[in-house]
Amino acid sequence: MNRLSTGGQIDRTTQLRFTFDGQPYHGHAGDTLASALLANGVRLMGRSFKYHRPRGVLSAGSEEPNALVQLRKGGRQEPNTRATVAELFNGLEAASQNAWPSLKLDALAINDRLSNFLTAGFYYKTFMWPAAFWEKLYEPIIRRAAGLGSISTDPDPDSYDKGFLHCDLLVIGAGPAGLAAALTAGRAGARVILADEDFRMGGRLNAETHGLGDQSCADWAAGAVAELASLPNVRLLGRTTVLGAFDHGIYAAVERVADHLAEPAPGKPRQILWRIYSKRAVLCAGAIDRPISFANNDRPGIMLAGAMRAYVNRWAVTPAQTVAIFTNNDDGHRTARDLLAQGVDVAAIVDTRVDAPACDGVQVLAGAQVVDSAGRLGLKSVTVRQASGQEHRLRIGALGVSGGWNPNVALSSHQRGRPEWNEAIAAFVPGGILPQGMRVAGAAAGRFSTQGALETGAGAAIQALSDLGKTVQAPDFPMAEDGATRITPFWHVGGTKARAWLDFQNDVTVKDVTLAHQEGFRAVEHLKRYTTLGMATDQGKTSNLGGLAVMAELTGQSIAQTGTTMFRPPYTPVAMGALAGRSVGRDFRPTRLTPSHIWAVEQGATFVEVGMWLRAQYFPRADESDWRQSVDREVRATRGSVGVCDVTTLGKIDVQGRDAAAFLNRIYCNGFAKLAVGRVRYGLMLREDGIAMDDGTAARMAEDHFVVTTTTANAVSVFRHMEFARQCLWPDMDVQLISTTEAWAQFAVAGPKSRALLQKIVDPEFDLSNDGFPFMACGEITVCGGCPARLFRISFSGELAYEIAVPTRYGDALMRRLMDAGREFDVTPYGTEALGVMRIEKGHAAGNELNGQTTALNLGMGRMVSDKKDSIGAVLSRREGLQDENGLRLVGFLPKNPQERVIAGAHLLDRGAAPRAANDLGYVTSACYSPTLDSYIAIGFLKSGETRLGDVVRAASPLTGQDTEVTVVSPHFVDPKGERLRA
Amino acid sequence: MIINHPLLGPCDAQEFTYLGDARLIDRPDGMADGAEDVFYDYAYLRDNPAGQHRELWFHEAGDRSWLVITRNTLTHEIISVELARDVARKQGRSL
Amino acid sequence: MRYSGFKILKEALSGHKGWTPAWRDPDPRPQYDIVIIGGGGHGLATAYYLARQFRQCNVAVLEKGWIGGGNVGRNTTIIRSNYLLDGNEPFYEFSLKLWEGLEQDLNYNAMVSQRGILNLIHSDAQRDAFMRRGNGMILHGADAELLGADQVRREYPFLNFDNARFPIKGGLAQRRGGTVRHDAVAWGYARGADSHGVDIIQNCEVTGFRIENGHCKGVETSRGFIRAAKVGVAVAGNSSRVMAQAGMRLPIESHVLQAFVSEGLKPVLPGVITFGAGHFYCSQSDKGGLVFGGDIDGYNSYAQRGNLPVIEDVAEGGMALFPGLGRVRLLRMWGGIMDMSMDGSPIIDRTHIQGLYFNGGWCYGGFKATPASGWCFAHLLATDTPHDVAKAYRFDRFRRGRMIDEKGMGAQPNLH
Repeated sequence: MNRLSTGGQIDRTTQLRFTFDGQPYHGHAGDTLASALLANGVRLMGRSFKYHRPRGVLSAGSEEPNALVQLRKGGRQEPNTRATVAELFNGLEAASQNAWPSLKLDALAINDRLSNFLTAGFYYKTFMWPAAFWEKLYEPIIRRAAGLGSISTDPDPDSYDKGFLHCDLLVIGAGPAGLAAALTAGRAGARVILADEDFRMGGRLNAETHGLGDQSCADWAAGAVAELASLPNVRLLGRTTVLGAFDHGIYAAVERVADHLAEPAPGKPRQILWRIYSKRAVLCAGAIDRPISFANNDRPGIMLAGAMRAYVNRWAVTPAQTVAIFTNNDDGHRTARDLLAQGVDVAAIVDTRVDAPACDGVQVLAGAQVVDSAGRLGLKSVTVRQASGQEHRLRIGALGVSGGWNPNVALSSHQRGRPEWNEAIAAFVPGGILPQGMRVAGAAAGRFSTQGALETGAGAAIQALSDLGKTVQAPDFPMAEDGATRITPFWHVGGTKARAWLDFQNDVTVKDVTLAHQEGFRAVEHLKRYTTLGMATDQGKTSNLGGLAVMAELTGQSIAQTGTTMFRPPYTPVAMGALAGRSVGRDFRPTRLTPSHIWAVEQGATFVEVGMWLRAQYFPRADESDWRQSVDREVRATRGSVGVCDVTTLGKIDVQGRDAAAFLNRIYCNGFAKLAVGRVRYGLMLREDGIAMDDGTAARMAEDHFVVTTTTANAVSVFRHMEFARQCLWPDMDVQLISTTEAWAQFAVAGPKSRALLQKIVDPEFDLSNDGFPFMACGEITVCGGCPARLFRISFSGELAYEIAVPTRYGDALMRRLMDAGREFDVTPYGTEALGVMRIEKGHAAGNELNGQTTALNLGMGRMVSDKKDSIGAVLSRREGLQDENGLRLVGFLPKNPQERVIAGAHLLDRGAAPRAANDLGYVTSACYSPTLDSYIAIGFLKSGETRLGDVVRAASPLTGQDTEVTVVSPHFVDPKGERLRA
Repeated sequence: MIINHPLLGPCDAQEFTYLGDARLIDRPDGMADGAEDVFYDYAYLRDNPAGQHRELWFHEAGDRSWLVITRNTLTHEIISVELARDVARKQGRSL
Repeated sequence: MRYSGFKILKEALSGHKGWTPAWRDPDPRPQYDIVIIGGGGHGLATAYYLARQFRQCNVAVLEKGWIGGGNVGRNTTIIRSNYLLDGNEPFYEFSLKLWEGLEQDLNYNAMVSQRGILNLIHSDAQRDAFMRRGNGMILHGADAELLGADQVRREYPFLNFDNARFPIKGGLAQRRGGTVRHDAVAWGYARGADSHGVDIIQNCEVTGFRIENGHCKGVETSRGFIRAAKVGVAVAGNSSRVMAQAGMRLPIESHVLQAFVSEGLKPVLPGVITFGAGHFYCSQSDKGGLVFGGDIDGYNSYAQRGNLPVIEDVAEGGMALFPGLGRVRLLRMWGGIMDMSMDGSPIIDRTHIQGLYFNGGWCYGGFKATPASGWCFAHLLATDTPHDVAKAYRFDRFRRGRMIDEKGMGAQPNLH
């Protein structure tokens, strides 16, 4: 076993059981899946994307490209989880992925044998013949081979939350720089949030052995975290990854609340998406070590030296009993020393530098290189070429590779600031324009020593608070190691015909970069896109620079000239569930209920979504088996006696002020200045481009008071439009607007008995006679013995009809009263379907006709657009294209066979015309069965429609195989003279 | 983004609805001669600068103020926030 | 060089030494017959068709950065021709037909995959609108198919059928729609144009037009003046900036559209699917990543990045439609600059300046248009007359009141 007998930040008193590919293992609290597997001697953890090469861990953190596993089962199945960040818990079930039939024996490893044919971009050059084979043969094979893990497609059973946090200073990363920044600002009383992706704060301090003052660095970190936890003004967010830096100091972070548990505690979310509003931020994201490429450098057991050190120090695990180090810098030596201190056999330090320093207790091969490795499912040996050119084999189980460290600049460039090359550390450091309010400290800024991290962390916090007007002193931190970075850049071992990996997951090798160069894909973005370098789930954290360095070498440019590709959010992949939060299932969007909703539920109504609203669609009775029966009955009952419909969803806007009439006169294309008090007028609003925007009514309740209605769909946009006109166009008009859609419950009471019904409800002092309250009258009244109400004599159905409004809280009661009082007339509630049928019968335009593409002229209301005044949209409505004499006009259609359905969305063709676009005469917008006419009917737009009344055309719907002969008629099927509504 | 509302202080831009270039305030006179050409320019043509842009935002989920925001379209930095009504008046609009 | 499986075999056995650059890297000549500004998909396609179809080979494509770096390199790869209006449908159907033969034409596998696109229906009004659209498509010779809810369920059983805020009531399918490997389109056209002698000049930024007496004589560039009889501009994302150098203001605003890709997954999504009750559309790439997007952020921007509200809105749409997405991880997001026109439809037209031609205003729909846009722009440049399927894409349609407004949103670009 590879668990060391002492050390590590694991709780050896707890035994956690887990399985990997069904095999049971044990680990300890504090382990990751990766450390526990290594402790159990498991090096093989995954397969690569393209060649299906056997792979083990490369890293000890979120940058891991190789050890991707699938966790859990069913709806909780979670593909592509990096074993290096999966916290071990009792009962964890993990499985390998992208391998069949097993991880050890993977059939698609055949790709590895064929690698000479599967070079970068090979697929652009073949699979083209015959054309139809792509979808049928090549692509299915490629798709099945590609992909990584899989999902179950079952709904995710867990919930996710969203939250908002505010702070003076957001500190990203809780390593030495982050702890120093948080302590500096926290002790000064600033509101601080410290976020770290790890489940144990301290960052690299948990993985190192040097001291901090008289403590070990891990103990110092624990003490610092404890102090921060005690400060009320500091919020610690562990297990929290800051994903992205957005505008104006807003950061997105995901807290993994329950990923370290078998399942979330009852009522708790799995993860929380925090939107953090920070005045200032310090990025202390540390650095990521990088590999050196050499032949077959991808075998399980070959890992980053810094990661190897972390496994030994933090998890008391050595990946093998005998190891070696391959390095170009002093940090590799540090790993060797720590391994030695833990009793691990270090065979050699292979140091590419001819002037490599010595190291106590281990042989240093200066100027040497690792040129190859062996071991199919796990490393068995490496071949070392000495400075002399002599080669020999080292039999080892693991190799720690250190090509230097890359500052973790990702978040600093989320707003497209370009990192800058720093020659001293041979790495990119944050540069260009940083996100507003961000500073960078510690290793992320290229200061790799612990002392440097503490100083720059504290310094950044002091500067940030100074920006906010707060003067702070630097805390007195203990002295720490302050070693200089000593590195001689070395990117890849040349002179080999074998493959040397750059991007491990996507199987991009030095050869691929060479081929990209040869074929002209030399710009970094071309390199990336052609080879897929850096496009794996690790976004190239360990691979990008190596690829750039090889390209720079080939082009003869410097790395700085070669440049980098963009860093894009999220910093590490984030669960979709967390981004969606609670807005899932039926809670995807709010549901708005009408005032009569509960009553309608009691009646057994069927409901329909209308925007956010849920409206009664129809009210089926026990003896009705088909929706049409219910709708036909509702229409007949309304036209025959009286029906009631909840129309609260229509937008209502109160318009008040001395200039209210003048204002509406500019909003509507037809005249409103002279509308008498107590009267209602139909109004048509145009957009400024002359297209019909919305229609409705405006009721003049008083000289300086109008009530405007809008369609349900446009309630919000019309209100916005009117506010725009009021505030931006005519700022000195004395007019005020308020949306009262939610304030008034409104019901249409329609049918020849509507007056009789209302007379039973409206208080007796109000005269509802045809003379006292004629068509298009309006007024403030009271009902049911003093309840305030508004009454409008308007009609959408074409019948004698009213709309009556009461304060919303009385809406339910009014509906019940209307039903009680109407019993003698057999009053019938009707839903949106009957409403729609009656408006089509009457030829009223609605959403299908007011589709944002039609003009007043198209709608048959061309004469409404006044040229006597300046109203919105009037000028541009006069453009020639909108005044086309042969243009579309709203007409009605009656099928020659009354029982033959006409399809809304059918296109209109002349008889005998071929079904081709050139013969297209328009389209049917709305269609229904009219119980009043005992026929299907429809309305729609027909070219030169008003000249074609009486003609027979076809409503053709090749989509549904229908082709119906229809007679062109007036769209006003019922009571075209309007006698009923004036009765 | 955060919009520093002149009356309400900092608000998340999510509370607002965007309209477009603030020159939409300068609606021409519809009764003037040649209005059609002027309105075409007003309704359709845009400077669309890469840099500072004066633009209209509506505090839809807030106080219903229309604001004129000067914002850099390359960096999203907000330079100033004014009530559109004040701007309109300054530009001579009245009744 | 002709690409083929045999060629790969041959190269593999001889150390891949025979591969040559896919396109040359020439220095600009002082004069061309036609200069195309913009080495994106449309510019490269224009050059290719100029050379191949219209025998105009004295052509240069000028690109300020690296070719394919604009929206052809940052989109959600969908092709389709399911448009509503007469001004658009023939153009996009022409484009879809060109896609169908593109790879053999270019000798480049752009992975044109006709896996089908499905627009979901969630209300009766939406069905009416899709009926109008689908019937129009068929009248224009395109394919369309109306699916009932049960058919949708058979094809996409994992969508939210049982607990949806806006239940799925059916869908409009176009089986010939699908996806294409976007970068390969730029590279394939570049390689094809180059092989016909077109000079593709990268890192060459146009800094101004030389206009004399209403005639455009050529362009000033970071690599000197280049004379040209005709100059075609195809610079999506920079249209207003470039045309301002010719003193023109456009009916265009530039907005940011974000797009997203998940980690790789084994095949789960057969085709392209579009949520009809929220802003979410999605397909799965051959590599296994779910490629998805939603609405534009809604404010003018050249920043090529967006903000959280839209990211969350897209994720909400995704989860509402596909509740099994919860544990899929979003890998990468990016933003592109969309030149949103005032009616949501593009412009391919001459300008009032002789010799200066413009192609732009593609909103977020330019990728699928690439072949037809290139062909029609080449037609216009070569013959000075608009191609029949692009004859509605004129500058003057706004002045004349002949907008092509698919969504019916009017002169407000962020609503298209």
